[in-house]
Amino acid sequence: MAVNLKDYLELIQAEIITPDVDISSVSITDGYVSDMLSDVMGTAKEGQVWITIMRHMNTVAVASMTSIPCVVFAKGLKPDAAVIERAIQEEICLAVSDKQVFDLAGMLYKMLGK
Amino acid sequence: MAEFWNINPAYEKAAKAFLQEKPEAEVTLEFDIEVKDFVNAGKGSAEVKNVLKRLGVDPNVLRRIAVASYEAEINVAAHSNGGRMNSFVYDDMVYIRFEDKGPGISDIRQAMVPGWSTADDLVREMGFGAGLGLPNIQKNADLLHITSEYGESTILEIIIYYA
Ligand SMILES: Nc1ncnc2c1ncn2[C@@H]1O[C@H](COP(=O)(O)OP(=O)(O)OP(=O)(O)O)[C@@H](O)[C@H]1O
Ligand SMILES: [Mg+2]
Repeated sequence: MAVNLKDYLELIQAEIITPDVDISSVSITDGYVSDMLSDVMGTAKEGQVWITIMRHMNTVAVASMTSIPCVVFAKGLKPDAAVIERAIQEEICLAVSDKQVFDLAGMLYKMLGK
Repeated sequence: MAEFWNINPAYEKAAKAFLQEKPEAEVTLEFDIEVKDFVNAGKGSAEVKNVLKRLGVDPNVLRRIAVASYEAEINVAAHSNGGRMNSFVYDDMVYIRFEDKGPGISDIRQAMVPGWSTADDLVREMGFGAGLGLPNIQKNADLLHITSEYGESTILEIIIYYA
């Protein structure tokens, strides 16, 4: 099953910090949760939302390398302007939610009917 | 010098022949990798990815190249005294060579074990140090060749075919 990325971000009340990135046609089929970048590199797949608290520049690089369309930062953790700028260049959506990783993953799991 | 080889059997002949002949590439790219520079490390791999994307390389293969190259690039920034990445793009494959200025790897087999890492606090803070980078490279590359010894430089070469 796939859901619209937009609908999920709305559900988790996320602030989309890359409004320049068009996500109107992005659908997601799964999620991945990890803060270890090489773990994400080895396991995450296209079409997954990546939920993390790691908000360095490398996060965007890893999302780009693995073709992840959207990174959700939990606990209200917002990356700095340079990171956001890079994400826009790479056409990766960044969103920030006040919720915890567990809840963010759970809400996606439920939405996907897994 | 200690060595480590891992070659996809389907490409063993072609890859070995390539390494002996090293024909002239269609496109070559060079990138310096500075010590602990986690802002710029990754740019070399991004550049390679963009070139190959324009050439129409299949997205799945592109992803394998990007992952292998990025892990190797980050390793030079994270674990070495800096180095250089040279990429050679051909019709059917890409060859990427990373050479750093030491301190080398004392036990390459140990370094290949998933979960084994000597990453320092700064590297861990940046989200690295799971000990999965080299295994990721092995998994994604058709050829991986590492030459190193403690006190020497490390040379890591990868080849990935797309045709
Ligand atoms: N270029 C290098 N120079 C010196 N040592 C290296 C180099 N590359 C890797 N190593 C050694 O090999 C170990 C394992 O590397 P690997 O990439 O698998 O894991 P990591 O870099 O520690 O963590 P991760 O890649 O998961 O972020 C490193 O911790 C380091 O000790
Ligand atoms: Mg590594």
